[in-house]
Amino acid sequence: MTDIVETRGLTKTYKDGVKALRDVNLNIREGEILALLGPNGAGKTTLISTLCGIVQATGGYARIGGFDIETEYRSARRLVGLVPQEVVLEPFERVINTVRLSRGLFGKPDDKELIERILRQLSLWDKRKSRIKELSGGMKRRVLIAKALCHEPRVLFLDEPTAGVDVELRRDMWKILRELRETGVTIILTTHYIEEAEAIADRIAVVNNGEILLVEEKDSLMRRMGYKILRIELKEMLREIPEKLAEYNLSLADGGTTLVYIYDTMHDSTGITRLLQSISGAGLKLNDIQTTQSSLEQIFIDLVREDAA
Amino acid sequence: MNHRAVMAIYAFEMKRFFRTLLQSFISPVISTSLYFVVFGAAIGSRINQVEGVSYGSFIVPGLIMLTVMSQSVSTASFSIYFPKFIGTIFELLSAPVNYLEIVIGYVGASATKALFVGLVILVTSTFFVDLNIQYPIAMLAFLVLTCISFSLFGFIIGIWAQNFEQLQLIPLLIITPLVFLGGSFYSLSMLPPFWQSVSLFNPVVYLISGFRWLFFGQGDVGLVWSLVAMSLFIAICLGLVWLIFKTGYQIRN
Repeated sequence: MTDIVETRGLTKTYKDGVKALRDVNLNIREGEILALLGPNGAGKTTLISTLCGIVQATGGYARIGGFDIETEYRSARRLVGLVPQEVVLEPFERVINTVRLSRGLFGKPDDKELIERILRQLSLWDKRKSRIKELSGGMKRRVLIAKALCHEPRVLFLDEPTAGVDVELRRDMWKILRELRETGVTIILTTHYIEEAEAIADRIAVVNNGEILLVEEKDSLMRRMGYKILRIELKEMLREIPEKLAEYNLSLADGGTTLVYIYDTMHDSTGITRLLQSISGAGLKLNDIQTTQSSLEQIFIDLVREDAA
Repeated sequence: MNHRAVMAIYAFEMKRFFRTLLQSFISPVISTSLYFVVFGAAIGSRINQVEGVSYGSFIVPGLIMLTVMSQSVSTASFSIYFPKFIGTIFELLSAPVNYLEIVIGYVGASATKALFVGLVILVTSTFFVDLNIQYPIAMLAFLVLTCISFSLFGFIIGIWAQNFEQLQLIPLLIITPLVFLGGSFYSLSMLPPFWQSVSLFNPVVYLISGFRWLFFGQGDVGLVWSLVAMSLFIAICLGLVWLIFKTGYQIRN
């Protein structure tokens, strides 16, 4: 798979001295969905805005489709569609006109069939003559997506596309994004919803303080950094961990009635069998046993905490 | 050149104009009629002729320039300020367009609207006074240039402004006084010598004078000076617009 977006040493320092991007090196593969995760102010929006030409980088370079975003900005931008974080649309304009404007700005001739197809795909065709102010919040977000898609971009940037939308619409959007990926469009989205990244991303990039902490396949990241939690509910309450169980690094929960054991599924031995034998040897009686898998959210929090430390 | 982008911006802006076409048409007709009632009938009846032209006819070029200048500035400044204000400017900045194409689209649309209003005033004035335009084609060209140059100026104000108050500030405090004191409704020769000299520092004097010259074959200053002033004004505006886009001032943060 070839890289469609490449950044090297990309830096953005604002006039007030704030460093929004620090030496960002990132390769985005053609046809993938990359989720940019990071806390507020991490630099996700600045990164997207810089790649799209809204913010000027103060160092390094970036290429989209092999075109430098500064010196070959026309060719680079022709490949890019952007769905911004805020719902920014002219309230008195009609849906169809605002979509046509976007296509025209990218130098494309009017294509009624294509625009109809996109509006139908986004369930906006019936609203094409409505003014923007008459639409619901969810529909306005769809209009933004229609505007970004109407010039047939190869790379689609979405800055928190599902922020503030209901669960149903969020799942609809995921479906649309998956369909777009099937057509070969590369999708880069920033999100606060880890669940979103977990559901649709192929790879995850974690951003914090303007730096890329890691870029990795979602599945391998979850395998590598994921862990399982074994909760052993006891029949009696413990004040402290018995001596015989000291080697397992257990902790007490639920007022001393539950033993918590964290283990790595990637290890050859999880130590569960030995632990259960030791518990029995210590004379403890079990009531119940539960296991839970750490989520991407926990991995993300751990990474950001680690970076802050 | 991304011609389609220019046309897309132009068409989008003109649609905004057509949405309020009636208002755009009626407003200049009413204000022109009022000016003719007040200046033409009430005051003009006490002034026989100005430089061989009836006072009613004499104020027509000034009246057109007054409206066209303020209309160009307000329309152009609003058209670029509004996308900045609501955030839709991102679309322009992320599109494969350069600053010249953006300027042509916005300024072209603003100049077209101002030209329309100017022509409405011209036609309306023929219902009140007899007009014999000596150089009609050159007059039209000068009117178009005025619309373009002041739309450029308005575009700069729209980029500079950070709120609606600032958007109104320059048109209200600078443009309107300069136009009123620039000989819209009087000839400089009607002023005492001192104020005649002071008026020559007002750049708008040269523009109104040039426009009037093309109507009646005479003005407060020579036509060449008017053309030099117009060229200088356009050059300064273009230079400022170029600088704005080069540095990303107020738009590319």
